Amino acid sequence: MAEATPTLLTTADGRPLKAALAEAQVRAKRRAFLLVLPLLAFVLLTFLVPIGYMLKRSFEHDGFANSAPALRAWFAENPGFDPADPPEAAYAALVDDLARMQVERTTGIAGTRVNYSVSGTISLFKAGARAAADLQPPFKEALLAADAKWGSPALWRGMESASHVYTPEFYLVAADRKLTDEGWARGEDKERIYLYLFFKTFLISGIITVLCLLLAFPVAHLLATLPMAKSALLMILVLLPFWTSLLVRTTSWIVLLQEQGVVNNMLVAMGLVDDKGRLSMMYNMTGTIVAMTHVLLPFMILPLYSVMKVIPPSYARAARSLGATSWTTFRRVYLPQTLPGIAAGSLLVFILAVGYYITPALVGGADGQLISNLIAFHMSKSNWSLAAAIAAMLLAAILALYWIYDRLVGIDRLKFG
Amino acid sequence: MALPTYASPLERVWYYTYRVICVLIFVFLISPILVVIPLSFNAEPYFTFTERMLTFDPDGYSTRWYDALLTLGHPNADGPRDSLWWSQVWERATWVQAAKNSFWVGLWATILATTLGTIAALGLSRPEMPYRRLIMALLISPMIVPIIIIAVGMSFFYAQACVPPGGALESTVGLFLSEKGCLANSHLGVIVAHAVLGIPFVIITVTATLSGFDQSLIRAAQSMGANPRTVFFKVIMPLILPGVISGALFAFVTSFDEVVAVLFIAGPDQQTIPRQMFNGIREAISPAILAVATILVVISTLLLATVELLRRRSDRLRGVTGR
Repeated sequence: MAEATPTLLTTADGRPLKAALAEAQVRAKRRAFLLVLPLLAFVLLTFLVPIGYMLKRSFEHDGFANSAPALRAWFAENPGFDPADPPEAAYAALVDDLARMQVERTTGIAGTRVNYSVSGTISLFKAGARAAADLQPPFKEALLAADAKWGSPALWRGMESASHVYTPEFYLVAADRKLTDEGWARGEDKERIYLYLFFKTFLISGIITVLCLLLAFPVAHLLATLPMAKSALLMILVLLPFWTSLLVRTTSWIVLLQEQGVVNNMLVAMGLVDDKGRLSMMYNMTGTIVAMTHVLLPFMILPLYSVMKVIPPSYARAARSLGATSWTTFRRVYLPQTLPGIAAGSLLVFILAVGYYITPALVGGADGQLISNLIAFHMSKSNWSLAAAIAAMLLAAILALYWIYDRLVGIDRLKFG
Repeated sequence: MALPTYASPLERVWYYTYRVICVLIFVFLISPILVVIPLSFNAEPYFTFTERMLTFDPDGYSTRWYDALLTLGHPNADGPRDSLWWSQVWERATWVQAAKNSFWVGLWATILATTLGTIAALGLSRPEMPYRRLIMALLISPMIVPIIIIAVGMSFFYAQACVPPGGALESTVGLFLSEKGCLANSHLGVIVAHAVLGIPFVIITVTATLSGFDQSLIRAAQSMGANPRTVFFKVIMPLILPGVISGALFAFVTSFDEVVAVLFIAGPDQQTIPRQMFNGIREAISPAILAVATILVVISTLLLATVELLRRRSDRLRGVTGR
């Protein structure tokens, strides 16, 4: 071979080929991106911005800061005050603010704000605001004589914290922390509801995922191994629930499982259950688990089916011919090949179960409520910042699972039917 | 999956046990959907089969709960059923209003989601698309993020998303907003929210259809002198249409079935069927709900049949055989 002379390849109009290609690629990239841009802008504006708003809201509450300007100013000037023994000036500012709250009717909102971290504050503020106009200096003695709670260090810490509009306090409250005389600490056992509910939600979602897997595995296997005509017919039985309204399915479970419902009536008619001993399967945890398993089952069957469909049967036959028992064949040869489907289905069902709202709200009764229902409860009670903080914690958990799903399965493998 | 001839007795037992287990699981899947249908024809206000129903006595069955759907909220429910009575059903009956709202919201949300989603899917399935994985993850996330979180975020945002009163914006955009000029309590707000929820389904189905799409067809059309519009409407569109329609149907069903966002961001004027059902189940559950449920089951069966036919057609067009 002759020595390679570095002749520059050019396009017809004389430009270097490399540059022309790079330019064309940039153009193609830009064109592809422009196609996606309208949707991206739409989703940003109507989905990401609201969620950003919610996150901002979870750090923000101006209920106390706006209705107590005097105290707010005093706290700003005296950052290192001793909450165990605030001076007269602080009490004077407090009485001034309480009187203003009474006039402006902001006692409730200010008391509610402090009440998140120090319980019993709303009634204290209401009583204080009613009396504030008649109090005479020295205000410290006057207030403490009205109610000794005004001297509590926890209350002063709480008011100092509440005088800031932006605060991480709602996350502390959502993690079951309370302000005590010594500062933030774990709340009493009976008050620790939020983390317990998170734990319960994850536990129930885990149970539902396992139940779905147990029910989906045989069905998916059957669908994947039957001849096409039969499996297409049976597939309709899987897809019909998937397409049926969630509210219809939830209603059906109420009809089936309630005390005067179809299942209980059948059991009584068959003599398996005494008329007085009807099983309570609805408006409790059992109702939530049964209905949610049914609702989420197709989300497990479909990914499992799509994986099982492409497993060649020859592997199992080879294992059998080499002397493996049917159990060994299943455990050592077939099951490992279905693992991608198991991972995809389980993660999807778990993610969907953790955030479920409607089914627990309708069939869960008092006992079968999940974390979503608590968020809705706080929204209905106008505890917006606390609801937003709990929602943000749930969101963080979901995003972590979503990330794992993307790593393990890949979101572009998501399909329906 | 026939039983091989060399199967041992134990395997034979297991084979039939396995079949029985599968049948039971199918019963579990389908019985809740089937049970509401006969019960919706109950002559009594009960949620269980009466003795007369079990003996197939015609008196045990009636269509009174379907009739109740027309008369609830009707100003003259017991009046003679002339044309005025029917026009009042159309104008006033609670369930009919809810159905109309659901239909319009679903239609517009579907149009919005399908148009934007299809165009975006075309871009996403090009190999040169930058940040493909990240953008895909973002666009699918409305399906993964719990609806309660989306609803909470939207209810905060929509209350703030208002046009200033008296401005030029109010006389144009304001028509689609609530009386206060906000997205909250407006039809537009619900439509936008439902469009966001439907987008993942459109993206998933259309990109799946495009994954088998032969990109050289585009180049072939271009080399024969077709302009981009002709390429889109004469080459791309006919091939991906089944996927687009399935995606649109998914988006419509998502909107038609959605209740949480409606509960949080809609006002009394945006009463939809799921919201009406949700309230009905929470307060006093009446068999009229079962009549609605039966109608919805029929609708979803029809939609499922349509999607299945479309999928088979799409597979045939793309030369994929079997499922």
